[in-house]
Amino acid sequence: MFRQARWIEPLLNELTKEEGVLEKVKLEGLPDEIVRDKLDIPNLTETRVVRHFMRLSQMNFGVDFGTYPLGSCTMKYNPKVCERIVSNYKLKMLHPLQPQETCQGILQILYELAQCLVEITGAHKACLVPSAGAHGEFVGALMIRAAIKDRGELDTRREMIIPDSAHGTNPASAAMAGFRIVKVPSNNEGLVDTEALKSVVGKRTAGIMLTVPNTLGLFEKKIIEIVNIVKEVGGYTYYDGANLNALMGKVRPGDMGFDIIHLNLHKTFATPHGGGGPGSGPVCASENVEEYLPVPLIEFDGRKYYLEYDRPKSIGFVRGFHGNISVLVKAYVYIRLLGSMGLKSASERAVVNSNYLLSLLDKEFYEVPYSTSMPRKHEFVVSVGKALREKGVSAKDIAKALIDYGVHAPTIYFPLIVQEALMIEPTETESFEEVEEYARILNEIAYRAYHDPEWIKSTPHNTSVGRIDEAKASHPRTMRLNWRNLEKV
Amino acid sequence: MGEFFKNYSREKLEKVLEKIGVKDVEELYSDVPDEIKIKGELNLPKALNEMEIEKYVGKVLEKNMVHDEVLTFLGAGLPPHYVPAAIESIISRSEFYTAYTPYQPEISQGILQALFEYQSMICELTAMDVANSSMYDWATGAAEALRMALRVKGKKKVLIGENIGPDRKNVIKTYLEPLECDILEVNYDGVCGRIDLGDLEKKVKDACALYIENPNFFGIIEKDAAKMADIIHKEGGVFIVGVDPISLGLLKPPGEYGADIVVGEGQNLGGWLNFGGPSLGIFACRWDMSLVRQMPGRIIGMTTDLSGERRAFTMVLQTREQHIRREQATSNICTNEALMAVAAAAYLALLGSKGLRKLAIEIFERAHYACRRLSEVKNVIVPHFSGEFYQEFTLKLVGEDINRVFDRMIERKIIPGLILTKYFPKLDNVLLSCFTEVHSVENIEKLVEAFKEVMV
Ligand SMILES: Cc1ncc(COP(=O)(O)O)c(C=O)c1O
Repeated sequence: MFRQARWIEPLLNELTKEEGVLEKVKLEGLPDEIVRDKLDIPNLTETRVVRHFMRLSQMNFGVDFGTYPLGSCTMKYNPKVCERIVSNYKLKMLHPLQPQETCQGILQILYELAQCLVEITGAHKACLVPSAGAHGEFVGALMIRAAIKDRGELDTRREMIIPDSAHGTNPASAAMAGFRIVKVPSNNEGLVDTEALKSVVGKRTAGIMLTVPNTLGLFEKKIIEIVNIVKEVGGYTYYDGANLNALMGKVRPGDMGFDIIHLNLHKTFATPHGGGGPGSGPVCASENVEEYLPVPLIEFDGRKYYLEYDRPKSIGFVRGFHGNISVLVKAYVYIRLLGSMGLKSASERAVVNSNYLLSLLDKEFYEVPYSTSMPRKHEFVVSVGKALREKGVSAKDIAKALIDYGVHAPTIYFPLIVQEALMIEPTETESFEEVEEYARILNEIAYRAYHDPEWIKSTPHNTSVGRIDEAKASHPRTMRLNWRNLEKV
Repeated sequence: MGEFFKNYSREKLEKVLEKIGVKDVEELYSDVPDEIKIKGELNLPKALNEMEIEKYVGKVLEKNMVHDEVLTFLGAGLPPHYVPAAIESIISRSEFYTAYTPYQPEISQGILQALFEYQSMICELTAMDVANSSMYDWATGAAEALRMALRVKGKKKVLIGENIGPDRKNVIKTYLEPLECDILEVNYDGVCGRIDLGDLEKKVKDACALYIENPNFFGIIEKDAAKMADIIHKEGGVFIVGVDPISLGLLKPPGEYGADIVVGEGQNLGGWLNFGGPSLGIFACRWDMSLVRQMPGRIIGMTTDLSGERRAFTMVLQTREQHIRREQATSNICTNEALMAVAAAAYLALLGSKGLRKLAIEIFERAHYACRRLSEVKNVIVPHFSGEFYQEFTLKLVGEDINRVFDRMIERKIIPGLILTKYFPKLDNVLLSCFTEVHSVENIEKLVEAFKEVMV
């Protein structure tokens, strides 16, 4: 049975009563008036600091502890060897501005990684700089903007088309790049409504941002038509690669006709998510827009590897230095460990696992919206709207009940087009036995929702804290955003 | 060496497929048009096993030359620092590093508390009131801070220091381009290297923000920062300051000289250089709801569980964020640099205020020692700017071409710093060198000797 640690672990500043007054210093070359005299960071022993964080770690849950099927997040197992490889001193102590002849090793690895990503996506060139998926999206939107500006059409082409099932970062990224968002509805199959799409495209269309498979886990079977509709009116096509884990070695965004593709290495390529980051979101481009990629790119002249900055049409710099390097190295190692056959098997198994899990669920309770007969890809979405109506049990309640069983909950309330959504992505690294166990738990919860709904609403009990008072957390009068007493609040 | 996913017997696989209701795996891809399906196999390098890949990458990385093989005096936004072993133990806990963003707070209290403590210590360090739990890096943080100011004030002009880091300058330009606003550079004074207050006065009209760095890119302390705050505040604008967090063990924090938003690079609070990433964007602001509501990124707050008896942490003010607000969000950021923030929290906790003070003093003294010693070398004018500096300073070489000097230093296995001409064309034959606790007195002597040999 699952029982998470329940330490009563004070905040660091509560571990000592000392005041933060600093000793005075007199240094030549440093005027007194620019020296600080107070700093309230506690002074503790290493022992206490280590215990503090180790206790905190015991109140956290990761992939290493159980099934973590957060839809759209691809929480697969993170191979340990990747961690060991990046702990190499020859990487750790390398400064990003060193002369390039002293960085040939890392440049070679990055170059080889870029080549692999180009092959996997069917694109033409890859830039490894963006730090996350959303960063890649913003880059892609800026590239589209630059291409349109080049054509002298920036005054008119200001609309980015985004399906209503898209992740929130898509509209947010496009808006940051100065586009107006035009939402296209999903049809009753859960796919882009091509008639609706035709009615919104035109001279004002800058492009479309699509996630394939979409966030319902469905492949856009009319993908070629969709891409053509947008291209025919002079728009660009952007592929959100968050869900590429369904398709590696099976079909490539480049072959579907996409101009720009971002990848989430912290999803598809097994780099750990770090409790929120770091991630990495390389952007791959087809030949027609490749010149707009951010700098630097990594090139090889047959003798040495180098960072290429001299790209006159580039959108420019999008972060400091060259990217989240150790994340990139881990993704490289992962790709080399699996190889082409391995990547393809990983995708196939991810899809089998997701469909297998769906097949095992009590569909009376977990209702499947859209195209019930179509296979899902790496993830699927079910609705518990009926339980809410009949028993007052919400998607959130089910999530809390799940974590009481020592497994993580799926993504909930997303995509927005499904009410009381549970978005479930088991990934390929769960065995059939673990998939079966997750299904068993979900079905048991379904049963208890009707027989003991109050229990479900009272969960979780086995985690380090009970259900959180979210209202208090965000209410202006009770909100506490740091450990100082914010009396002003 | 394990398998990441199991190879089942044909019987088991068939049973599973039967349960799904398909005859084979390919049927699960029946909706993918045939004409775009990959016919053969991806053309990727041959798969290696765990032992082979570890050997291979290790061998390739051998080609890098790091600190001990080539003595490096590069800072320029990422000064090298030692990482205490305890930090690595803490962030190698897979409860932390294999977790996702804490969408289910009850099972993720560990990382939430650690991030709350990170935010709190960033507030202490910068003398701000609210910090988020990270941006991608300093440059994107600075750019988002300016975008935030533009949103809050609804104007179309911002000012940035001419003497800020070129990376930040470039990223700011990329990020602000779609807003079609004016970005004006405030000149630095050619003698002291600090922002020219007169030039600021001249350019401030209608500006809604001023972004400077302290110490600035030349390593110089902007001791007139309070005056700059007054000037931009009089115009109704936001004062944004970029910092080196460790310098704040010694230097007055931006909150004490009028900053409204503080950004900076937190990577080396417990992170190695790693060729520049994973980075950690520090982002904090003053307690002003018009600012706080426009902040980008995730913010962790303290609350209780529903019983009211047990303290708890969770993500707050989420209505600013993309998953709720979509195109109206304050930023598109989703995945951030959380694990680096945990490392930073552990680092700050390990050092404490006393350790930070001591470290910052050590760095200050080391840099000043290096400066004194280098000033004894013929034809090296050091420091090139007269302003007080912290850990970096500029050197002007006389009579020798800087690229030739640089090459000859490399022959001696020394990277003496960064040549500034590429970034600041006005600065001919000027080098920027950085000194921290990782540079021993012997290292500095070796640098001085090498300069003496090269600068004859
Ligand atoms: C479909 C989709 N697109 C984009 C993103 C954004 O990626 P990141 O969190 O790396 O910025 C996500 C991640 O949650 C996603 O699921």
